[in-house]
Amino acid sequence: MTTLTEALIAVPLMALVILATRAFPFVLFSHRDPPKAIRFVERFIPPMVMAVLVVYCLKDIRWTVMPSGIRELAALALVVALHLWKKNAMLSIFGGTAFYMLLRAVS
Amino acid sequence: MRKSSIPLGAAFPVTVPVLFGYLAIGIPFGLMLVKAGYPWYLAPVMSILMYAGAGQYIAVGLFSAGVPIAGMLVTILMVNIRHIVYGLSLVDKFKTAGRWKPYLVFALTDETYALLTGVKVPANLDSGAFYGSIALLDHLYWIAGSVIGALAGQFIPFSFAGIDFALTALFAVLLIDQLSRTGDLLPAAIGLACAAIALVLAGPANMLITALAAALSVLVLVRGRAS
Repeated sequence: MTTLTEALIAVPLMALVILATRAFPFVLFSHRDPPKAIRFVERFIPPMVMAVLVVYCLKDIRWTVMPSGIRELAALALVVALHLWKKNAMLSIFGGTAFYMLLRAVS
Repeated sequence: MRKSSIPLGAAFPVTVPVLFGYLAIGIPFGLMLVKAGYPWYLAPVMSILMYAGAGQYIAVGLFSAGVPIAGMLVTILMVNIRHIVYGLSLVDKFKTAGRWKPYLVFALTDETYALLTGVKVPANLDSGAFYGSIALLDHLYWIAGSVIGALAGQFIPFSFAGIDFALTALFAVLLIDQLSRTGDLLPAAIGLACAAIALVLAGPANMLITALAAALSVLVLVRGRAS
């Protein structure tokens, strides 16, 4: 585990990296059009990263031991269904999480 | 009517959905941070400086795993690279923002981006100040949510087991939004496959950076020419 001191050093550095991603297009492309490589980043990288992150969130499930990820997959299915239906991010996140906590509490 | 220099009142109604959303996502973040063994005040420090939902959740995971700082920075870069995309479409809109522009760039989250691209500036208001007020209110909601969560985690002996599922749900929602916008399933399929393989081969602690590197390589190979 990272110590509190290390975390307090890491946080401003991570903040700088995040600021760099936000400032990048404003600094570089205020006066000219972005090159094709940026279009590649724009079109293909965000969905790829999100798919990786969904799997990352499920990394600690022990598939060989009951309930073997059934609760996570059920809650995830509810999130997807809610979001395709209502297109309301907050409802999908809140509904799915409440359902998952309920499943954890009763099983 | 006198022009207020920070028109928070005019911006507030626009930001109400984000108020509820940031409380709903900020509270679990604060809880997770405290449950991971850190003091409550690290939550506002992170929320003020980083101000990134996905990035802050991922940072808690990186802290717990004891990842070296260089690894943290690379991972955070990949997780937040989508912000480059947001900026690209706002370059023109922010040209008239004046002294608010640096803050607007700093505070450009998924939700603020969504509000700024959709909202219409009232005729009597300066666009920079109006956008800036929206961004500032959202920032305050996020800080408040994370502090409430952290204090609750520290002082309320209630089982919050499963609250971290909010992160899984957040990523799933962002993924669905991107897929419905691009209509291209291949990048997500590559991400999914690489992540599953990395989980099996590298194990839970090292899977994230392995999967991101592998998926980026495959993506460049199959789609590098297409763009």
